[in-house]
Amino acid sequence: MLIGSALLLGLFIYPLWNIQLEAPQYPDSLGMNIFIGGIQGEEEFDIQNIDGINHYIGMKKIPTPAEMWEFNVFPIVIGGMAALGALLGILGFFKIIGPNWFLGWLTLMTVLGILGMIDFNNWLTDYGTDLDPKAIMKLTDSEDKPLSYKPPLLGSEKILNFTAHSYPKAGAYLMLVGMLITLVAWWVGKKATKGRS
Amino acid sequence: MKNIFKIAILGVLGLFIQSCGNGGSSDQKSGAISGNAAERVYVAPGEHDEFYAFLSGGYSGNLTVYGLPSGRMLKEIPVFSQFPTNGYGYSEETVPMLNTSFGFVPWGDAHHPDISQTNGELDGRWVFINENNTPRIARISLEYFETEEIIEIPHSAGNHSSSFVTENTEYVVAGTRFSVPYPQEDMAIDEMKGNFKGPLTFIAVGDDGRMKIDFQLKMPGFNYDLAHPGRGDSHGWFFFTTYNTEEAHTMQEVNASQNDKDFIAAVNWKKIQEYVQNGGGEEIDAEYAHNVFDHSTQTATTTMENKVLTVDPREVEGAVFFMPTPKSPHGCDVDPSGEYIVGNGKLSTDLTVHSFSKMITAIENEDYEGDAYDIPILNFDSTLAGTVKEGGLGPLHTEFDGKGNAYTTFFISSEVVKWKLGTWEVLDRQPSYYSVGHNMIPGGNSRKPFGKYMVSLNKITKDRYLPTGPELEHSAQLYDISGEKMELLSDFPTHGEPHYAAGIPADKIKSKSRKIYRLDENEHEYAATNESETKMVRDGKDVHVYMTTVRSHFSPDNLEGIKVGDKVYFHVTNLEQDFDVPHGFAMIGANTSELLIMPGQTKTITWEPKKVGVWPFYCTDFCSALHQEMQGYVRVSGQNSNVPLKWTLDDEEIN
Repeated sequence: MLIGSALLLGLFIYPLWNIQLEAPQYPDSLGMNIFIGGIQGEEEFDIQNIDGINHYIGMKKIPTPAEMWEFNVFPIVIGGMAALGALLGILGFFKIIGPNWFLGWLTLMTVLGILGMIDFNNWLTDYGTDLDPKAIMKLTDSEDKPLSYKPPLLGSEKILNFTAHSYPKAGAYLMLVGMLITLVAWWVGKKATKGRS
Repeated sequence: MKNIFKIAILGVLGLFIQSCGNGGSSDQKSGAISGNAAERVYVAPGEHDEFYAFLSGGYSGNLTVYGLPSGRMLKEIPVFSQFPTNGYGYSEETVPMLNTSFGFVPWGDAHHPDISQTNGELDGRWVFINENNTPRIARISLEYFETEEIIEIPHSAGNHSSSFVTENTEYVVAGTRFSVPYPQEDMAIDEMKGNFKGPLTFIAVGDDGRMKIDFQLKMPGFNYDLAHPGRGDSHGWFFFTTYNTEEAHTMQEVNASQNDKDFIAAVNWKKIQEYVQNGGGEEIDAEYAHNVFDHSTQTATTTMENKVLTVDPREVEGAVFFMPTPKSPHGCDVDPSGEYIVGNGKLSTDLTVHSFSKMITAIENEDYEGDAYDIPILNFDSTLAGTVKEGGLGPLHTEFDGKGNAYTTFFISSEVVKWKLGTWEVLDRQPSYYSVGHNMIPGGNSRKPFGKYMVSLNKITKDRYLPTGPELEHSAQLYDISGEKMELLSDFPTHGEPHYAAGIPADKIKSKSRKIYRLDENEHEYAATNESETKMVRDGKDVHVYMTTVRSHFSPDNLEGIKVGDKVYFHVTNLEQDFDVPHGFAMIGANTSELLIMPGQTKTITWEPKKVGVWPFYCTDFCSALHQEMQGYVRVSGQNSNVPLKWTLDDEEIN
């Protein structure tokens, strides 16, 4: 349980998600790493260059941490959950609380995770569809509706000349492993309790 | 005179045989190229070449960059000539690069690129190249692939036995091919003999690349034709071929070809360096420009220097000797071990090879056969290591493969000949098309050659390509020299007249090549590093426009308040920080050139409007899908109008 929740702290170091934009003109691809505290370019000038390209189709600039409440709240939530997990782990170790608390933590974490993903997806939708009415290029789909430039939440998708690849990164994997370990901790704890009874 | 005749006849005969051979067997010729030659020079789309080759542009004044084995031209780097393609020599920042003691010189004749060395091996920091006409040496950065520095060589003329570097880039040398009064004075030309001099200039190179003339060696008035440094045991020496030891001042094709032997001058520069460091030499008046391009201000400055240290070679014991070398030697080449010094006697069929160790013994034994202006002439037989007999006709230059073989070009018989160091036996010969001058093996004149390919740089092109009228670009040929026999792989046209070239494995430099200029390091006096800093400032008749470019607009793009008779300085900063996104700037009626501004760069061009009206400017580089829209207007009012300065973008005033 301790290890599991400690792995959440990896999110403060490693990115949660990564979106790469590949195009004929960008053989090395432009990329952004999404951390719980903000978005950074893979290469120094990637964000500036993504913004430069996006202005043609009227997309907003990639937000700075100050422009998105999520980047202030997420670190607190993750930090809080890690601390809570650690506390439960210690209490569990000294048999003050039962293993079901672990499951409770896991459930809460899962719910928060799903909420986070929904929020992330909403942002992607807003980013990809709320376009400047004075955009240089206004493209429509086969039904004459404005084209959406929303990158996929997970997977790869072609958007005009770019192919966007959106995948979790080290931070997210560490979190998943952490949650898995918590599940194991609950299961082992449960068995041990059963064995004793 | 008789000899000359013979050679002329031989030359004609050679050409005749050559053309017969070609005419009769053109099918065989291609058949003789092994079947997979195409594969060996083919570099698939998107793949990179194995070597960089830097070819001098000769009378283009510039340096071209090629990839080998493909023979694809990658870039032309402006050095000694104005280059309207990117504004070099036209932009305010780069005009000082072409300043000399003769004023602004817009053209040059670039000859011998040489890559900097550490411990006798190519280190890929810089390429040096000489200008023959108005003597100068340039240093080109291999991070930016741009000319960073040009130093004029005072008291010299025909700066030809130049820009060769010593084993640790301690010095780059600049010799004098056309001996002249030293210092210059008004005198009768036919009083040349004994009165003219051929100074050899040693330019010290700092760790940052900065050049400074350390001393000039005041040599007799011969023509110092080519040079190469010693290496290994002979490190500390420099060797120069001479011709016209007759000191003829007219009809030199005859009068400078009378002596059976001229000299290779052996210069112990370490001794002279020591002598100078101990206060030796005499400071004399000189006038020469030293132009340095600063990457942070992106601006070149000229400093006029007025003194140079001159050293009389006779004053430094054991520093300079002459080695007699037959037949007006041209190329002076030193093998990778540093033991053999090859004199390519250009009016001969033979090559003379001197031995460094024998030379040292001869010096120790004072084995002299005379002197020239009190400089000892070593006994010819005492320094001779061997002679390559009947190599061909008219040897010019020799390069080495690092496996004990040498490759010599023969101009008159139009061929490249492979021979063995030590046994002097000819191993192979292949025709060149036509009349080869220099050849180049990457690192072929260093301690560590990369003996896989050889390029021949040919003086005559004729029928090698689709005809393009009377004036042709020179031709180069690529040979595979990895096997016992040389194999001709391909032909490729070059630009200008490449003399020498320098090659280096791509891996040694390609990762260091810059992608952009960093905007946050841009210290240009007139840079606007974001659109809010753009403005117009009037200073009398001068109007400074601080302008920016970004895909796909200028800021400002509407300018008013300029009057006929003004001088407008467009200081254009490219705000992009993305690899290979240049913007151009061109103004109707400008008497200068365009600007090509790379990401993060600031460049300035002037425009003197002559007519009232509303005049457009535009981006010349197809920068984006909205490139055609990337333009603006300048309103030009009459001389006495009082239209105020006004600069806007999207009808909004900036600031």
